[in-house]
Amino acid sequence: MAPEIHPIVLLFASVFTSNILLANFLGMCSFISISKDMKSANGLGLAVTVVLTITSMLNWVLLKFVIIPLDLIYLRYIIFIIVIAATVQILEMVIDRVSPALYLSLGIFLPLITVNCAILGVALFMQIREYNFVQTVVFSFGSGIGWWLAIMALSAINKKIEKAPVPPALKGPGITLITIGFMAMAFIGFSGMLSVQ
Amino acid sequence: MNGDSPSQILKENVWTNNPIFIQILGICSTLAVTNNLTNTLIMTLGVMFVAAFTNITVSLLKQVIPRKVRMIVQTLIIAFYVIIVDILLRAYLPEISKSLGPYVGLIITNCIIMGRAEAFAQSHGPIISAWDGLTSGLGYMWVLMLIAFVRELLGFGTVFGYAVLPETFTPWTIMVMAPSAFFLLGSVLWFAKAIILKKERGK
Repeated sequence: MAPEIHPIVLLFASVFTSNILLANFLGMCSFISISKDMKSANGLGLAVTVVLTITSMLNWVLLKFVIIPLDLIYLRYIIFIIVIAATVQILEMVIDRVSPALYLSLGIFLPLITVNCAILGVALFMQIREYNFVQTVVFSFGSGIGWWLAIMALSAINKKIEKAPVPPALKGPGITLITIGFMAMAFIGFSGMLSVQ
Repeated sequence: MNGDSPSQILKENVWTNNPIFIQILGICSTLAVTNNLTNTLIMTLGVMFVAAFTNITVSLLKQVIPRKVRMIVQTLIIAFYVIIVDILLRAYLPEISKSLGPYVGLIITNCIIMGRAEAFAQSHGPIISAWDGLTSGLGYMWVLMLIAFVRELLGFGTVFGYAVLPETFTPWTIMVMAPSAFFLLGSVLWFAKAIILKKERGK
């Protein structure tokens, strides 16, 4: 619990040292299946960042003004997941109305986000670490950016691996996981700069 | 899916169609706790419990739930059982509950549970569905326990918290940190696939 971390420190920490994917293992399922092509990786990264920021703000407000005052803490999983599902639904409809072009590029990725563990994970981290509103916004936005960065990097590496002589049994998810391991090591290199827990 | 006998399901879920190394599902929340055998055991038992009961519930309610909203209903059923696991852990194992942190709640988004509910419980009876959930959890458990065993042994020199390696052993710090989980899971996938490929060639 460190409620007094400066927002800028928190932003950098959530992008690099405490990367939601590489340090906390969240959002792996869609990460491994989508990371084959850079264009979809980009779309999914954008969608995750947007949804993550919006839902964390909503969940923070609900936590502060509804869940805690009414002593409903044991129901928080259900409340968080409903907020996430509803936000994704509404966002889908709004984007479809406002910008059909964005909808086409983002649309197919939005439903996938409801089951992305990173979104629920950030909401739960925000609650356990007792972040205030500004910290929550910065932390969720930074986590989204960090996830986006990781999936873009991985899809770029995957493109190279396609042409590399990988042993047949290691092809596919095996080599992807080992690559993620190396990326995680590289990101640990940032950890001397700052850390949050 | 060929054959629905209990032993067939056991074999499929634990080996030939293992949720982790064949389907690559649900590794998110549980990889995070694999640097410690006790935590992994509790976490995977939780997954087994939730998977089995979710399958029973989905199987019983499959006629009642409208197809259009079944995903959200399934998610709520899963969340219900995860809350039970969370409350039980907090009451009886407060220490472990604390060190697992948010990861117990993240069982909700574990794709294995939703996947089995969709693929199996929607079209089968409650008892066999419970067995399917249980064995999927088992297939999940043994792989993660293997990873946790290596990480805890080399990272801390202990097994279930008991020191087994001599004091002269230098712990491998990397095993405690995140990258080793990725490396080990990658290697497990490699070995499993190598065995499967070899079998296919032998046929």
